[in-house]
Amino acid sequence: MLHNITPEKIKFLEEKARDIRISIIQMLVAAGSGHSAGPLGMADVFTALYFYILKHDPKTPTWPGRDRLVLSNGHIAPVLYATMAHSGYFPVSELLTLRKFGSRLQGHPHREYLPMLETSSGPLGSGLSQAVGMALVDRLDRGVDSDRFFYCLVGDGELDEGQNWEAIMLAGKEKLGRLIMIVDRNNIQIDGYTEDVMPLESLVHKFESFGWHVEEIDGHNFADIVAGIGRAQSVFDGPSVVIAHTIPGKGVSYMERDFKWHGNPPGTNIAGEPPKEQQAEIALRELRTLSGQITSEHE
Amino acid sequence: MLNSSQKLNPKLWDKDIEQVAIRKGFGEGLVMAGEQNPDVVGLCSDLTESTQMHLFKNKFPERFFEMGIAEQSMASVASGMSAMGKIPFITSYAMFSPGRNWEQIRTTICYNNRAVVIAGSHAGVSVGPDGGTHQAIEDIAITRVIPRMTVISPCDYIEARKATVACAELGSPVYIRLAREKTPVITTDDTPFEIGKAQLYYGKTGDKADVGIIATGALVYRALKVAEGLSKQGVSVKVLNVATIKPLDTEAVFQLADDTRAIVTVEEHQVVGGLGSAVAEYLAENLPTPIEFVGVRDQFGQSGTPNELLEHYGMGESHILDAVKKVLDRKK
Repeated sequence: MLHNITPEKIKFLEEKARDIRISIIQMLVAAGSGHSAGPLGMADVFTALYFYILKHDPKTPTWPGRDRLVLSNGHIAPVLYATMAHSGYFPVSELLTLRKFGSRLQGHPHREYLPMLETSSGPLGSGLSQAVGMALVDRLDRGVDSDRFFYCLVGDGELDEGQNWEAIMLAGKEKLGRLIMIVDRNNIQIDGYTEDVMPLESLVHKFESFGWHVEEIDGHNFADIVAGIGRAQSVFDGPSVVIAHTIPGKGVSYMERDFKWHGNPPGTNIAGEPPKEQQAEIALRELRTLSGQITSEHE
Repeated sequence: MLNSSQKLNPKLWDKDIEQVAIRKGFGEGLVMAGEQNPDVVGLCSDLTESTQMHLFKNKFPERFFEMGIAEQSMASVASGMSAMGKIPFITSYAMFSPGRNWEQIRTTICYNNRAVVIAGSHAGVSVGPDGGTHQAIEDIAITRVIPRMTVISPCDYIEARKATVACAELGSPVYIRLAREKTPVITTDDTPFEIGKAQLYYGKTGDKADVGIIATGALVYRALKVAEGLSKQGVSVKVLNVATIKPLDTEAVFQLADDTRAIVTVEEHQVVGGLGSAVAEYLAENLPTPIEFVGVRDQFGQSGTPNELLEHYGMGESHILDAVKKVLDRKK
C-alpha cells in the first residue's frame, strides 16, 4: 500500500505539512520560547506518519490495536502537538497554550497532562528503550502475527547518549521486526554541527553492525518517506532504522541549516538574523508560499 | 518484651537462629507473584542468580528478559512494558539500579507513572569484601526523593517475600531494597505485613516506654537484641520495624514518639536522606522529639566482613546502645 501513494495524496500531505509548519511558528511565537529547527525539519515526516502511515484513531487515542509512536527527543514537541491537533486529537486552537501554566501542552511532552501521549519525554536517550519494551511485550502477547508497529523518533544529536546503544544492542539481539526507529538526521545540535560536537558517521554502518536494517530517505519528499518506511515495515526478521535526512528549520530561509535556531523561537535576537520583530512575519510569509516546493525541489 | 501479637520467630533469641538472605525472599516472592499474575515479567542486567531472579527465570523463561549490563536501558524498557500492561520487575545491585539509572527511573518510570518494581540487591555495607564501589548506602535517599515512589526495606527473608508479592499488586512505582548476606529470620509467615504500615515488634501497643527505636532492614534484629538487653536492665524500649520508608507510617511514628519522647533511628544507610531523615522531617513538624541517628556518617564503605564494617561505620549493637543512652540523657 505504502509504495503506491498517489500524486493527489502527496499534494494533500504537502498542504497538511504547510499548515502544521504555520502552527509551529504561531505556537513558538505565542510561547516566547522553545525549539524551532527540529520541529520544522520533521514536519514532513510527522505529517506522513499521522496522515498516511500510522494505524491510529484520533477520536479513540487508547484504542489497543493502534501503532505506538514514541517521541524520544521531546524538545521537538511543537511538531508532535501540531500534527496531533491537525489530525483531530484535540482542537488546533489549543496549540497556542504551549508552555503556558496549566496547559496540557507542556514544554516537553508529559502524559500526565496529555494522557493520549504514549510517553513523557525530554531527557534524551530513553525513548528507544521504551519502544523496545513495548515491542517485546507485543511479541510476547501476540507473537510474530502482530499487526502493530512500534515507531520511535529520535534526534541525531541524541545518539550521543549511551543508553540508545544499549537499546540498539537489545533490539538487534531480540530481532524486533515490528520496531522502526526514525532518526532525524539534520546534522545539528545545540553546540554546533553533529560531526563537530561528536561525530556519528558512519551511522549506516553503525546500525548495520548492530543487526539493524537501514533505510535512508529524503525527509522532505513524501514519496520517499512513505516508500522508505514501507520498506522498513516489510523487514520482519530484525529492527529497522530509517535515517531521515532533513533540513533543520525547513521552510523558513533564515533558519534553515543553522544550529543557532535549534533551541530558539522566532522573535529572538541573534546576530546576522532578521530583526526579531520581523522574524515571525517572514517565517509565516515564506511558509504560506511553500506549497508544492517540498517534493519538487528534490525531484 | 517482644510484641506477641506480631507472631515473631519463637527462636528469635537462640544462638543458632535460622539465617537466610533477604534477597532469597525476593526471589521466592517473585515466583509467587508470577504464579498469581501472568502479567508479571522479570528483567535483569546480567546478575540473574545474584539477585535471585533466576528462580523466576527458571519457572517462567518466556517472561524473563536478559538486558545485558545495561541498567539505564533496563529501567526504560520496563517503562515501555508497563505501558503495554505488564508488571515489570527490574533487578541489579542497588548501586546500579536505582544508582546508575536514577534519571531513567525518575523520568520514564515515576514521571510517567508506570508501575515498575525496582529491586536493588546487595544494599548496605554488609556486601562486605566487594568494597565501597558496590555498597549502596545512598539508595533510600535517592529513591524516596522521587514523587510517586514507594520505598520498601524488608527486615528479613520472610518479610522480603511478602513485600515482593505486595509490590506486584501495588500499581505504582516501588523500590525494594535487598541485602546479600544471610541475616536472622525475625518474622514468621503469620507476622503482619502491609505496604505503608510500620509494625511494633518490641513493647506493647498503648504502653509508655523510656525510648523508641525505629529500625529498618537487617538491622532490625540488632535493634531487638539491644531492646532485650536494656529491658533486662530496667530500661523500657519499644522497637518499630519500618519496612515501608515511603510513605512513612506517620501514625505509628507519632504514637511511638508520643509514648517514649525519645527516638533512635537505625539503618544501614547514610544518615543523610534515609529512614532517620524521614522520621526527623515528620517529627520536627508534628511532634518535636529528641532523636539520635544510627547510620553511616557521610563516608564511603570499604572491604571487610559485614560485622567489621557495621562496627567500623557505627551500626553495631554498641552504637545503638550508645545512641539510646545519649537520647535518654537529652530527654532528662
